Amino acid sequence: MNIKTDLRSSPHLKQNITVEQIMRNVVYALFPVCAWSIYAFGLSVFLLLITTTLTCLLAESLFCRLSDKPSSVNDWSIVITGLLLALTLPPGFPLWMSAVAAFVAVGLGKALFGGLGYNVMNPALVGRAFVQAAFPVAITTWTPPFVATRFSELIPSTLTTPFMKPVPIGDWLDMSSIDAFTGATPMALQKFEQISTPLSELLTGAVSGSSGETSALIILAGGLYLAMRRMLDWRIPVGVLMGAVVISLPLCMLDGTLYPDPLFVLLSGGLMLGAVFMASDMVVSPVTPLGVWIYSLFIGMLTVVIRLFGGLTEGVMYAILLGNVISPLISSFTQPRVFGTGRKP
Amino acid sequence: MFYSKIFKHGVHPQDFKALTNQLPIRRLPFTSTLILPLSQHAGKPSTVQVKPGQEVVRGQPIADADGFVSVPLHAPATGKIKNISLMPTARGPKTPCIILHVYPGSTQQELYQNPHDIESLSAEEIIQAVQDSGMVGLGGAAFPTHVKMKPPPEHNVDTLLANGCECEPYLTCDHRIMLEQPQHLITGIRLIQRALGVNKAVIGIEDNKLDAVKIISEHLETNDQIRVHAVPTKYPQGAEKMLIKSLLNRSVPPASFPSSIGVSVFNVGTLAQIGELLPHGRGVIERVVTVSGPGVKNPGNYLVPVGTPVRFLLDHAGVTTRAHEVILGGPMMGMSVSSLDVPVTKAMSGMVVLEQDDPDLKKSQAHPCIRCGWCVEACPMQLNPAMLGMLAASSEYETMAEDYHLNDCFECGSCSYVCPSNIPLVQYFRIAKSVNRDRTEVA
Repeated sequence: MNIKTDLRSSPHLKQNITVEQIMRNVVYALFPVCAWSIYAFGLSVFLLLITTTLTCLLAESLFCRLSDKPSSVNDWSIVITGLLLALTLPPGFPLWMSAVAAFVAVGLGKALFGGLGYNVMNPALVGRAFVQAAFPVAITTWTPPFVATRFSELIPSTLTTPFMKPVPIGDWLDMSSIDAFTGATPMALQKFEQISTPLSELLTGAVSGSSGETSALIILAGGLYLAMRRMLDWRIPVGVLMGAVVISLPLCMLDGTLYPDPLFVLLSGGLMLGAVFMASDMVVSPVTPLGVWIYSLFIGMLTVVIRLFGGLTEGVMYAILLGNVISPLISSFTQPRVFGTGRKP
Repeated sequence: MFYSKIFKHGVHPQDFKALTNQLPIRRLPFTSTLILPLSQHAGKPSTVQVKPGQEVVRGQPIADADGFVSVPLHAPATGKIKNISLMPTARGPKTPCIILHVYPGSTQQELYQNPHDIESLSAEEIIQAVQDSGMVGLGGAAFPTHVKMKPPPEHNVDTLLANGCECEPYLTCDHRIMLEQPQHLITGIRLIQRALGVNKAVIGIEDNKLDAVKIISEHLETNDQIRVHAVPTKYPQGAEKMLIKSLLNRSVPPASFPSSIGVSVFNVGTLAQIGELLPHGRGVIERVVTVSGPGVKNPGNYLVPVGTPVRFLLDHAGVTTRAHEVILGGPMMGMSVSSLDVPVTKAMSGMVVLEQDDPDLKKSQAHPCIRCGWCVEACPMQLNPAMLGMLAASSEYETMAEDYHLNDCFECGSCSYVCPSNIPLVQYFRIAKSVNRDRTEVA
């Protein structure tokens, strides 16, 4: 008897969950969010999703080729970046601008640092932060959901010629006979005019906003799916939302007319999308259990501080980016306590 | 079932125990040549007491203990000493071995023994008798058992734990021993209780072996000082420190022995052997080896003499044509062998054969660390394998030891098991430890 033996060091068993599988499942969890977004805002969002995802894929393979690395397109992480980026942009965001955002997301957010696993910040948010600075008007031009003609025609600004200013959408909105649409998101309404939006509309996403952030319910369902498969650290969304409540609850109790109630804070804007799908990005969050709590609470609290006291209406993006940057620091300050060195029995 | 304080973290690999856990222990015929390494235990190698050409009977001592942390070796079969030479062993380098040619057709009765009246033995005599039997930790540690029975005087041991976890996948030899020899196990526990002077004894068994819990409970008296406890099935529950945590909620500090917090832990296989051998004054000459895995045609729990070559066992159990890797011990911590001519040693509990197309043999692409933190959640020692892995990749071995507690790692492999990026974490840590050891030796 002779056996051709492999010589390996233990362990000889392996849990069969790979990076590809994790990333693919995140994409699955994002599909309902995308589908709802297309349903609510129409063809424009569909094109937006396609544009960012394709640009991301192309940019990723380009950068892999430039840096002489094997192509990492097949690990699915880049698809997440593409989809997430589109979901954070306004539905009528010009496609050429979204392509720029996608290119920057991959180039500046990921490839520059050495690709998957080495990036310091969430690539999709890096791309969004770039266009927020570059195209401040386009990124705050909102359209209402459920426009009657959303499946037959595009939002005019979608097809803006490259390097041109976006086409104004006022006339189109009037034509679509949306009564009294001010172009403001629920948060802007709350912040500047103290008009609150019914929670049921926030839950289902019947409000204006970035294409993917509007339905809290669908985002939560996606998060639940991932958390049950243990591909999402449940502590991060929970911590972010808790952090937001910790700051907003006392303020609301102090002055309910000036400050929104915590439930509104949780359901409006990009907080839910950011908490479930972006803050929880494994690569840019701490590895230590205690660090994860500090990181997520920090993001939640900072979001509300920016929202309520800053000049911007939305603070999730910057809060997460800041959280990403300090997460290595948090990790190193929260090293786990070695077994047997804790308290005595 | 109520578990008060189970150890944190750990992993849940598939256990594959159904392949062999219903199969009674079976004795195999003797092979013609036994290879007996002089160092089958931790500590100093035994000193040879026989000459080439000398005839020995089954059970006769053929090598003596060299000092306190060492044990003697007994002839596992009646035959003639062929020679004493360097042979390959599972540990890698060639080591001195006694080669014994077994007489065919010998009755193989145990001819050599030195019966004790165990009821009248003093603690010292029990410890001496255990050393004389050549007993080592049969669960895999191979640490001389009598040494653990004599803890440093400043350690006040109050509890004896019998480790019946057998948390390694595939292995079932301890399970079968508990089912088939509960009386030996209990005798062994009572002997060690007397030697250590402790009243309290707890047998910890993973809850995938509740039949063993039941059988042992039936053999205990109503007001017995020995208790049986089921613990949740979770790897590495069978690691000494983890079992102590789960059963007694005590934590062994880093770089300390369990006796420092009042506990002594023995494997159930070891205890059963003590219970069986000590009354007759016999030595450890054979053991139960689980032969299992997808590459084995007739998996089973086989009783073979120590020194039987792996090849002989696999010949009897039969391997499939696609057999590709032979692991000695369990798949989580065992090592794969290059030669099938290495012998079964006292502490070898199993043999697992994987097939060529086994998913676990598949060479998967290694990705960079994505900091998912699964390894941190898996490490039973509560280390930070992700950080250690990054340091290892840049060869910062000293930082690993000084700032990230590398030396507390007992290489259970849970981190590598869960890593979705396929980073060989524990393998890195072994290299780092050995480099650090070499550096200290040079310095």
